[in-house]
Amino acid sequence: MTSRERKNVFTGLAFTSIWIVGLIAFTAYPVVASLYYSFCDYSILKSAVWVGGDNYRELFSDDLFWKSLGNTLLYAALAVPLGTAVALALALLLNCDVRGRPFFRVVFYLPSIVPIVASSMLWLWIFNGEYGLLNGLLAPVLHLFGTTPPAWFTDPAWAKPALVIMSLWGTGNAMVIYLAGLQNVPKELYEAASIDGASAWHRFRHVTLPCIAPVIYFNVVMALIGALQVFAQAFIISDAASGGTGTHDGAPARSLLFYTMYLFTTAFHDLRMGYASAMAYVLFIVIATLTYFATRLSRDNVE
Amino acid sequence: MPSRVKSTPPKSSSASLRKSTRRFTIYALLGGASCLFLIPFVWLVITSLKPIEQSMTMPPSWIPRAYYADVGAGRIEVTRDYRTTQAGAVAAVADGEGGTKAVFYSAAQLADLARGGVAVRLLYRVEEGWWRVTEKLPASADAGTVPRWRFVPAAGVESRVVFRWENYPNALHRLDGGSDDPASLASKHRVSFTRFAGNSLIICILGVIGTVFSNAIVAYGFARVRWKGRDAFFAVTLATMMVPFPVLMVPLYSVFKELHMIGTLMPLWVPAWFGSAFNIFLMRQFFRTIPEELSEAARIDGCGEWTIFWRIILPLSKPVLVTAGVLHFLYAWNDFMGPLLYLTRKETFPLSLALQSFQAQTGGVQWHHLMAASTVTIIPVIVLFFFAQKTFVQGIATTGSKS
Repeated sequence: MTSRERKNVFTGLAFTSIWIVGLIAFTAYPVVASLYYSFCDYSILKSAVWVGGDNYRELFSDDLFWKSLGNTLLYAALAVPLGTAVALALALLLNCDVRGRPFFRVVFYLPSIVPIVASSMLWLWIFNGEYGLLNGLLAPVLHLFGTTPPAWFTDPAWAKPALVIMSLWGTGNAMVIYLAGLQNVPKELYEAASIDGASAWHRFRHVTLPCIAPVIYFNVVMALIGALQVFAQAFIISDAASGGTGTHDGAPARSLLFYTMYLFTTAFHDLRMGYASAMAYVLFIVIATLTYFATRLSRDNVE
Repeated sequence: MPSRVKSTPPKSSSASLRKSTRRFTIYALLGGASCLFLIPFVWLVITSLKPIEQSMTMPPSWIPRAYYADVGAGRIEVTRDYRTTQAGAVAAVADGEGGTKAVFYSAAQLADLARGGVAVRLLYRVEEGWWRVTEKLPASADAGTVPRWRFVPAAGVESRVVFRWENYPNALHRLDGGSDDPASLASKHRVSFTRFAGNSLIICILGVIGTVFSNAIVAYGFARVRWKGRDAFFAVTLATMMVPFPVLMVPLYSVFKELHMIGTLMPLWVPAWFGSAFNIFLMRQFFRTIPEELSEAARIDGCGEWTIFWRIILPLSKPVLVTAGVLHFLYAWNDFMGPLLYLTRKETFPLSLALQSFQAQTGGVQWHHLMAASTVTIIPVIVLFFFAQKTFVQGIATTGSKS
C-alpha cells in the first residue's frame, strides 16, 4: 500500500467514523446480543442465563405465538394486495392527462403523513359502533336489507378489516412512488403500441406493467415488511377497545394481537426478554427470506 | 384503470363521444376518491368544533350548532336532549325532600294516574314531537347548580351555526389526562401542552440537526474518497436496512439503560447523530453527481478533504440535506413506539404519546377534545408539507427507485 493509499484509507475511516460507532452501538451489537438473548432466560432486572433452544421450543407450543402470527399474516394478506391495488389505481388515474393533478396528488398523499396516533384516534371515532360516522352512513342503507352495521373495532370479526380500511387511507406514499414510476415509462412505447392497435388494457398489460414491475416489486416487499411489523395503530386501538385496561392483549378477543405487539408485551410487560428475542429472530428470518425471494423474483422478471 | 377504448385517431363523432365519456369517467373516479380521502379530515375538524353532545347523535350531524330556547327565563343557550314520541304533560310531584320536581307523563300514564285516584298538579301540556331542552350552564357555574329544562315545540328552538373554538384550549389544557375539576385544572402540578409540544420539538430538532450533519459527513467518506474496503463497508451499510426494529428493541433498551438514558429524551435523538443507512445512501447518491473536477481544483489549491466537504460539497447539496432533514422531522414527530419504549414519566412525553395516554385515561369518550388535540398534532406536519412539498415528492420518489 502506498502512502497515498494509506492516507486515503485514513481519510475514509475518519469521515465514516461516526457511522462505525453508530453501526456497532445501535445495529451490530443489538443484532448479536439479540441472538444471544434468544438462547437465554433474560430480563432487564437479572443477567442472562443460557437455556439453549428452550425459548424456540416453547414458541411452538405457545398458542398466543400462533395466534399473533396468524393475525399478522391475515392482516398482511388483506392490507398488502388491497393497498397495492388502491395505490396503483390512483397513480394510473393521475397519470392520465388530467387537470389539477397537483391538487389530487396532495389529497391522496396527505393522509400518509398524518401521525399514527392522530389517525388512530380519528379512525376509532369514525368506526365507533354507536355514534361513528361510518355506521351513521351505513345504518340507513343496511336497514333496507334488514341488518345493522358491525361495531368494527370492538367486534373481533371486524376489527382487522377496519384496520385494513384505515391502512388504505394511508396508501398515498406508495401512490407517489407508482406515479413517479409511471411517468418514467417512455412515451414512444405507448405511441408504438397505439399504432399497432393495442387497446388500453393491452397497453397497460404489455407496456405499463412490465415497465413499472421493479417499482411494484420493491413496493410490495416494503409494504409486506411493514405489515408484518404492524404495531402502533393496533396497540392504540386495541387499548382503546379494551377500555384502557393496559393489558395490551389485543382486544377485542385477541383479534388485534399482532406479532410485534405480542413481542413488545412479552419483553416489556412480562419482562421475558429472552423469549421475546427468540420471537424477534423468527420474524427476522421470515423477513429476510421474503426479501431474498422477492429480490430474486424481481431480478428474474426484470432481466 | 383506463377504460377499454381503442385510441385509434378519432375520425367520427362517436369516437370523440367515447373520448369525452372516458374523460368524464376519469374525473368522476378522481373526484369520488378525493372525497373518500378528504372526508376523514373534514370529520376530524367538524367534531373538534362541536360540543360533545352534538357528536353523540345518530344520525351524525355535519354542522356544529348552538340551540337557543326559553326554559323559563328568556331565550338562552340549551342542549336538545330528545324529542317526545307521544303527547302528555309535565306535572309537579313531591320529590321526597319536602319540595316538588317536574316530571313528564304521557297521556296514557296520566289516564292511569287519574284512574288510580292519584292527583297530580299539571304544569303545562306537551305535544308529540316537542323537544326536551336543557339549559347549557357556563363553565364558571357552581358544581352544584342544577340546569333548568323544559319541553318546547320544535318551532321554539332556534339554531345557529357556531364553531366551538374553545374546545381547542380546553382539550390542550386537559391533555395530561388529570382530573377535570376546576381546582385540579388550575393546579401547578399539571403537565402543560407546551411541555408536550416542547418535548416533541426537542426530539425533532436535535434529531434533524444530527441527521443532516452526521449523514453528510459519512456519505462524503463513501462518495468522494476512494479507499480500500469502502465498497464492502457500503454493502454492509445497505444490508443493515433489512434488520427489522423488533430485533434491535431489547438490546437497544439495555444499551440505553447502561447509558442511564431511559426516561430521558436522549434515546430518541442521540442515534440520529451517528448516521443511518438510508440517509447515507440518499446523500451518497447525490454527492456522486457533483463533478469530480470541483474537488480536484480545490485539491490543487491545497484544500484538505474537510475543507472540500464543508466549503464545496455541502453548499451544493442543499436539496438532499433538506430532504433528509424533512423526512427525519416527519419520522420523529410521528414516532410512537420509541417514546412508548423509552419514556416513563409524563413530563417527558412528546405529543404523540401524550395524546394516546390522554385517550386511555379518559376512556376515550371526549371525542371533541380528542379530535381537537389530534388536529393540533397534525397541523405541524401539514404546514411542513406545504412548505417543502417538492422535497417530499422527490424524496419519496428516490426511496422508491433505489432498487
